[in-house]
Amino acid sequence: MDGDRITLLGGWSPSSGLRHFPRAVVCPFTGADDVEAVDLPRSGTVLLHTEVVLAPPGYFGPVPYGFGVVELDGSPPLRIVTRLQGDDIHPGARVVLAAEEVPDADGNPLATWVFRS
Amino acid sequence: MTPVPRGDVRISGVGMHPFGRFEGLTGTDMGVAAVRSALDEAGIGARQVQAAFCGTAYGGVAAGHRVLGALAGTGIPIVDVEAGCASGGAALQLGTASIASGQYDRVLVFGLEKMPKGVIRSSFFAPWQEAAGLSPAPAYFALRAQRLLLDAGLTRQHLAQVVVKNRRNGVDNPDAMFRTPVTVEEVLAARMICDPLTLFMLCSPNEGAAALVLERGGDGSGDGIRVAGISLRSHLPGNVLGEDSPLCGIEDSSITSPTELAATDAYEQAGLGPSDVDVVECQDTDSGRELLAWAELGLCGAGDQARLLADGSTLIGGPIPVNPSGGLLSKGEPLGASALGQVVEIVRQLRGTVTDRQVPGARVGLSHVIGRGANACVTILTR
Repeated sequence: MDGDRITLLGGWSPSSGLRHFPRAVVCPFTGADDVEAVDLPRSGTVLLHTEVVLAPPGYFGPVPYGFGVVELDGSPPLRIVTRLQGDDIHPGARVVLAAEEVPDADGNPLATWVFRS
Repeated sequence: MTPVPRGDVRISGVGMHPFGRFEGLTGTDMGVAAVRSALDEAGIGARQVQAAFCGTAYGGVAAGHRVLGALAGTGIPIVDVEAGCASGGAALQLGTASIASGQYDRVLVFGLEKMPKGVIRSSFFAPWQEAAGLSPAPAYFALRAQRLLLDAGLTRQHLAQVVVKNRRNGVDNPDAMFRTPVTVEEVLAARMICDPLTLFMLCSPNEGAAALVLERGGDGSGDGIRVAGISLRSHLPGNVLGEDSPLCGIEDSSITSPTELAATDAYEQAGLGPSDVDVVECQDTDSGRELLAWAELGLCGAGDQARLLADGSTLIGGPIPVNPSGGLLSKGEPLGASALGQVVEIVRQLRGTVTDRQVPGARVGLSHVIGRGANACVTILTR
């Protein structure tokens, strides 16, 4: 996190050739035990999206909010579940990573991320 | 990973406590009612079973012991099993295996639940995921439904037709929570929960219990329903929309789903295939989930759901009726009890004792659950 600019920290396994998020002890897809830290791309493409209208249990931020799956740039594909913001969210829309704050149970700000169109 | 049924395992008694909301009743009360019904049907008392397996996700410590304790049936091994929506299926697999392996001759399998109201809260998610808004269960269901619509060429209309079918069947089920029919127009006009899923397209978490008595077959009586196949499987990693609700996934077109894994096992154990099945109870957490299951269970090809909806194949009276009980969309979903509620329905269908919604001449039935974990269980029963 550097001011408003944030980066998602993921993992990369050279032997499986796959990235993942968040970084895990072994490659979550193959079990390969050679995971290295990697900064994930800050842009991607919306695959699917919906809107959360009812606040899920344990969430104290505003509703409604966008929610969906983004395929990050780079290869092979890495898809992540994320909040989404913007007027132009649709399958195929280009989005970029941004910092986001939501209140926790005590009203204190919790740093998280969002992808914006 | 196919083995389970070696010995002849029969279901000699079934019982249900209706699914719904029951102010003043505990999960134990409902479990006791279902277990007593099953024991009565089997013609035995609680002290005549050698082990008990209880499925529950929210029942707390020793939920099964409390039920057996109320019936003076303790002293035997009592195992509480949690596997999310498949908890009852997991209990049934353990019970079946305990007889098939020769360990016991007669066991009790039951499930119970008294769910909190509203969106299901699951300890499955880390607190930070909840606080960040990354745990909205209906949104995960909605994204899966959206992908199904895109992949299978389906529309919201098709999602609504599943609700209409199940709610019509539920009208005739005294154990169901919702017993009024709905129209496609009403389903589509209901409150939008998460696009494309409206309120009527999602099942309601609720309360209830179901129970079975399992016995070793081969005594010549031959009138029990046979557990011909049962398999509980978890997910393979990689599908970002899997019921394990991961934060990431990879290209997943070749990743076999837990339902497909379990169905393959169960068909192989039974020596049967999808075309042999006469009646199905499948997981309809939401109406998209049911349509996905049709293909995963081999009832139709991927993308062939619209045809089955158009020609009425899955209606009672069609070649492959699905959810004649009304499904979870009519009954609601008490997690620990839902899988065994399906099995109770299949047993009654195979016995031919269902009133008003009997599938004529059913000899082979299949039940299917899938949910958090991920866990999927497929059971095949024959008569």
